[in-house]
Amino acid sequence: MGPEDPLLWHRLQFAFTIVYHYLFPQLTMGLALLIVVMKAAGLRTGDARWDDAARFWIRIFGINFAVGVVTGIPMEFQFGTNWARFAKFAGGIIGQTLAMEGVFAFFLESCFLGLLVWGERRLGRVGHFFAAVALFLGSWLSGYFIVATNAFMQHPSGHEIAADGTLRLADFGAFVFNPWALAQYAHTMVASVVTASFVVAAVGAYYTLQERHLEPARLFLRTGVLAGLAASVVVAFPTGDVQAKLVGRHQPVALAAMEGRFEGGPMAEISIIGQPNVRERRLDNPIRVPGMLSFLAYGHFHSYVRGLNEFPEEDWPDNIELLYYAFHIMVGLGTIFIGLMAIAVLLLPRRRLERSRPMLWILMLAFPFPYIANTAGWATAELGRQPWLVYGLLRTSEGSSPSVHAGTTLFTLIGFAGLYAVLGVLFLFLIGREIAHGPRAAGERAHG
Amino acid sequence: MVELWFGVAALCMTAYVVLDGFDLGAGTLHLLVARTDEERRQVLAAIGPFWDGNEVWLLATGGVLFVAFPSALAAGLSGFYFAIFLVLWCLILRGISIEFRSHVGDRLWRSAWDAVLGASSALLAILFGAALGNVVRGVPLGADGWFELPLFTDFSAREPVGILDWYTVLVGVFALVALSAHGAAFLTWKTTGAVRERSRLLAVPLAAGLAALWPVVTWGTVRANPAFFSSFTTRPLAWLCSTVALGGVVTILLGLRRRRFLTAFLGSCAFLAGLLGATATCLFPALLPSTRDAAFSITAHAASTDPTGLRVALGWAVVGFPLAITYFAVLFRLHRGPAVAAPDGEGY
Repeated sequence: MGPEDPLLWHRLQFAFTIVYHYLFPQLTMGLALLIVVMKAAGLRTGDARWDDAARFWIRIFGINFAVGVVTGIPMEFQFGTNWARFAKFAGGIIGQTLAMEGVFAFFLESCFLGLLVWGERRLGRVGHFFAAVALFLGSWLSGYFIVATNAFMQHPSGHEIAADGTLRLADFGAFVFNPWALAQYAHTMVASVVTASFVVAAVGAYYTLQERHLEPARLFLRTGVLAGLAASVVVAFPTGDVQAKLVGRHQPVALAAMEGRFEGGPMAEISIIGQPNVRERRLDNPIRVPGMLSFLAYGHFHSYVRGLNEFPEEDWPDNIELLYYAFHIMVGLGTIFIGLMAIAVLLLPRRRLERSRPMLWILMLAFPFPYIANTAGWATAELGRQPWLVYGLLRTSEGSSPSVHAGTTLFTLIGFAGLYAVLGVLFLFLIGREIAHGPRAAGERAHG
Repeated sequence: MVELWFGVAALCMTAYVVLDGFDLGAGTLHLLVARTDEERRQVLAAIGPFWDGNEVWLLATGGVLFVAFPSALAAGLSGFYFAIFLVLWCLILRGISIEFRSHVGDRLWRSAWDAVLGASSALLAILFGAALGNVVRGVPLGADGWFELPLFTDFSAREPVGILDWYTVLVGVFALVALSAHGAAFLTWKTTGAVRERSRLLAVPLAAGLAALWPVVTWGTVRANPAFFSSFTTRPLAWLCSTVALGGVVTILLGLRRRRFLTAFLGSCAFLAGLLGATATCLFPALLPSTRDAAFSITAHAASTDPTGLRVALGWAVVGFPLAITYFAVLFRLHRGPAVAAPDGEGY
């Protein structure tokens, strides 16, 4: 796969645009849930501080959502522009969920976004709460349809092969409620709540350290660390655990690569540290916990876990090193998140968290790590799927567009890189302004 | 079933052009009809709540083509590769120009985004027109069902064809005029004061230009793809749609003269819908005609998903589309009446 091969550039462009895009929805999906919670608390208690807190996060949400929308549009179209043979092969099936996402989720989100961001006065308190609920429902539905599409690529279900060699739908229920989709959805959505709660807690910590906006900062800290602990636990167990067992059962070669295991055997160990050495077919400098991988993947310490050597090399994921590191970064960070948020929650009573400067500093600086963990998690899923585009049915090399040249794709990739760099600077500038300004009470003007 | 899904795809595309058309048109005219910040915020208050929902009709059209005619979508998007990315980049810039503008009070910041909105909207109108022109003229599909198109060749609309030639550029200009007229009619209806007056003054010549260009484009179509109108005489739906379009043009002009601005805007909607309906009717069953050999054309029948898939999709579509239309009804109802610029920083 050299530079003259369009496949490399098709893959890089899709990877780049999807990773960049997912920086935004992973916050907005989780934040939509937290905003609904804040609006509900405001409605129930009548305490205006909750409405002020929600108003601040809705502004952050609005900017993120706008960038999420505009960077999301190219994703659907790239199935056709860059992966035309895949679109032709699987369109009759994955087209279902992609079209349903547009019809059921995007219409809901796009019609109510403006009302959520700018319509608090027009809608009144109850109406505004329902606009928040609409955005929450829309974004979480959207997440399901996308995950269901991806789940079909990971673990095809409900399909049959038609006479012309393309896929056709055999069982809609089996396709939409693919067990892989249900597990992956739970894992993905809870992970987005982790991102949102870390961001909310980080802004709370920032204001507390600055000794300004102390009232909202307290709400942010409490909401952030409580939601953060709950989500960090659930993202590991049960959702991550179920996901790992599915990989063990249906993609054993991916599991072997994720752990850098070349030799199969019982009492398989999990490696905490180590570097896969693909040429020599071993893991260098490993620190291992015996039996753990057998237990995590199959439920018994003595279960046999297959190694890469037991599979033909052409079926190995094509970037074992990156897959291994991505998986270990996700798991390592996920473990740290639980510990960090548990300590923060223990400090909540009697406001000790607000006085603990080291902990506030850690919380303030921790917010990028859930983004890294989410990205690493998706990299694990997608690299583990290789060399297949649709697992067991279509190889990635058979899915790209036949009429698009390497240089053409490189050109559009560079175009995206430039446009997204500018977009990122503008985004950070606007978010920085919002955070510098801080929460405002109802009716307070945005520009002095 | 195949006819039905061809119709659904055509309806989604028509909804996209009629709905996003008014905010594309308003964006194109933004710098001309609104001079002060207050006036520009009025234009944005008119289109801001709608643009995102309107644009989802484009995604819905893509989704419907994906599920119902995957090989046509695959061939079309990969064949028009460059043009598609140009469209996507314009859509990105346009979306953020509307969403980012109001967040900062600085005059230069806002003027810059106003310019981005104007330029990207106009370019999109031309690109969408040129895309339609390409579909009507045909693309160099081979026996393998794929094609690739250079940006332009000798501008002759004959083999070897490019994305841009005299015909597709003509359709692009026609689309720019049509959507500008549509946007002007929308702003005349939806705004007040100086913005309304300037929009009205622009709407009249734009609608007249539209009426003048339409026969020219029809003549161009006959030249570029002589086979295109062969089924026109035998398909009553095509006559009906053409009559609706003709009635639409008359309604725009009469509505503007009698200061019935909603009527004029609805006339513009009817014109766009009628024209696209007639085009789709004449095109059927082809989704992408081939310039090489009619046998290589991608037809709805050859490109369609199997009947089971289409039936399943119909099952959710009859729930989903009425829901979507309900959201739009709620949205238009909540934003009824003339658009008023929100207090600075509290709206678009």
